[in-house]
Amino acid sequence: MTKPQWNNGLVRWIDDRMPIFTLMHHELVDYPTPKNFNYWWNFGSLAGIVLVIMIVTGIFLAMSYTPHVDYAFESVERIVRDVNYGWLLRYLHMNGGSIFFIVVYIHLFRGLYYGSYKAPRELLWILGVLIIIVMMATAFMGYVLPWGQMSFWAATVITNLFSAVPVFGEAIVTWLWGGFSVDNPTLNRFFSFHYLLPFVLFALVFLHLWALHVHKSNNPLGIDVKGPQDTIPFSPYYTIKDLFGLGVLMVFYLFFVFFAPDFFGEPDNYIKADPLVTPTHIVPEWYFLPYYAILRAIPDKLGGVVAMFGSILILLILPWLDRSKVRSARFRPIYKQFFWILVVDCFVLGWIGAKPPEGIYITIGRIATAYYFLHFLVIIPLISMVERPKPLPESISTAVTKGGAAVKEAT
Amino acid sequence: MARLTLIAAALVVAAGTATAAEAPKAPSHDWGFQGIFGSYDRAALRRGYQVYAEVCAGCHSLRLVAYRNLMEIGFTEDEVTEIASEFEVLDGPDDEGEMFTRPAKAADYFVPPFPNDNAARFANNGSLPPDLSLITKARKGGPDYLYALLTGYREEPPEGFQMMDGMVYNDYFPGHQISMPQPLFEDMVEYADGTPATVDQMSEDVTVFLAWAGSPELEARKSLGIKVLLFTIVLTAMLYALKRRIWADVH
Repeated sequence: MTKPQWNNGLVRWIDDRMPIFTLMHHELVDYPTPKNFNYWWNFGSLAGIVLVIMIVTGIFLAMSYTPHVDYAFESVERIVRDVNYGWLLRYLHMNGGSIFFIVVYIHLFRGLYYGSYKAPRELLWILGVLIIIVMMATAFMGYVLPWGQMSFWAATVITNLFSAVPVFGEAIVTWLWGGFSVDNPTLNRFFSFHYLLPFVLFALVFLHLWALHVHKSNNPLGIDVKGPQDTIPFSPYYTIKDLFGLGVLMVFYLFFVFFAPDFFGEPDNYIKADPLVTPTHIVPEWYFLPYYAILRAIPDKLGGVVAMFGSILILLILPWLDRSKVRSARFRPIYKQFFWILVVDCFVLGWIGAKPPEGIYITIGRIATAYYFLHFLVIIPLISMVERPKPLPESISTAVTKGGAAVKEAT
Repeated sequence: MARLTLIAAALVVAAGTATAAEAPKAPSHDWGFQGIFGSYDRAALRRGYQVYAEVCAGCHSLRLVAYRNLMEIGFTEDEVTEIASEFEVLDGPDDEGEMFTRPAKAADYFVPPFPNDNAARFANNGSLPPDLSLITKARKGGPDYLYALLTGYREEPPEGFQMMDGMVYNDYFPGHQISMPQPLFEDMVEYADGTPATVDQMSEDVTVFLAWAGSPELEARKSLGIKVLLFTIVLTAMLYALKRRIWADVH
């Protein structure tokens, strides 16, 4: 990595005193990146871009939104009806939440499949899990802001979970609410936090990238970069690949924004919140359904809450549960199969979360919940003991050039 | 802890009634405003407004729509002023500090039929007629459901079906017992354009009108959407070509 030469005098002057341009050049242009990424590696940068879209649309929405129980619902409708392109801002933001979770969940499962959580990237992984947790808190509070029926009842059900905490439960719930029920103080503080947390997310993303740039990216083979022949500079190769991926995502995202803006939403949220009328069927947004299924699978309330939070917190210790030195599932025949079973299990949990807790759904929900924890606590450690991984390729460049048709030796 | 148990119990009960209250899925109807090129039929909107104003507005408010909004669907400024002036709104205080009523103006929101929810309940046998501003978005099935509900009344419930006092049987209302009596009857309104006012016709027209009331941005949204998506697709294709070219020396 040579020090870049700057032609522009002002750039040179600044860079001499604070080498920010050199830093950016090293981290975004020169940055050596494994040359064998597949398209699953697009989702990290996509998540970052969606976060920016959410922050920008959110700032403009906040200019016309009124966080008050008597006006919140109407102010959102006023944004859609009377603010110039307010409908566009609102639908971008509303669907952006779902898109954000789709992208981040794919990014997470990419990490699981290719062992991106393993040494030396444990801290990078942990920061990622923290990002998801903060994202969930942000999304939950954002969903409350339009003050529809689902907003209100989701807030009521979720904040009530904390009443399961021994001894202090009731006090914690009152403290969260700022009163004795979900009311105006609750809405006000949720708005405040919903505005704050995205910037916390931004800071966490920065740390996530910092940690990433120390040991650099994992890759589909899961083996370390052996030398410059294994890498290509981030720009232009991955800038253009990420841009193409962004285009595909935008087509998907904007289709919903323009042609089916309420696709991910619940009709009940177009009814203004009414504390005296409980909706017949309270369901969270789709991205919370698996956790909701886990919450309801445990007959004990405290147990349910612990299991629900545990289902995401367990990811924090995954790097130490999986003892296998081989990262990529490509070379782990047993792990690969259980990975896909876990994916199916998560979809089953999501499906159960949308169903009423009765009859066969309870049984399926319990089995799927038990399996989820079994996967991380028992199956993963066991596999890493008994599995015999396939032989790893010597290096990224030998694996890439071998068998590739009409291969030119990359620089 | 007791509170959580209560919520959990409420959830279970609510979920239980939800299944018991299962209503048949409303048959899908061909609406001109659906699909990516969809737009509202102007004549139907006008007829639908008439049905709302002459029938529904007796009990149902439309709080999120202003009289001026009618200009977006083809009413002239004079027509809107005249429609608005038939309603009285409370204004003030005036220079002497007194509140006064005045005829509504184009900028005012649709004047609700009742001054508050209690009055609405009192006049309607204890049930509250919902505001219709977002009704097609606030019900599963949307416009299909609304149309099915309006045309789904039966004079007599099926044999053996126990009705509560003051309730009416409807094929599509969840639980089948609705407190709104059949609102539309043949020739209840006289359409200016001569369209025969059958129950089906009126139901369809008022559904189109209320769909507009719920999504007045729909036409602007879809026409911009087509342009934006076409642009994005072409741009993405070009980015793909560029990607192939840039990567040519790596593969």
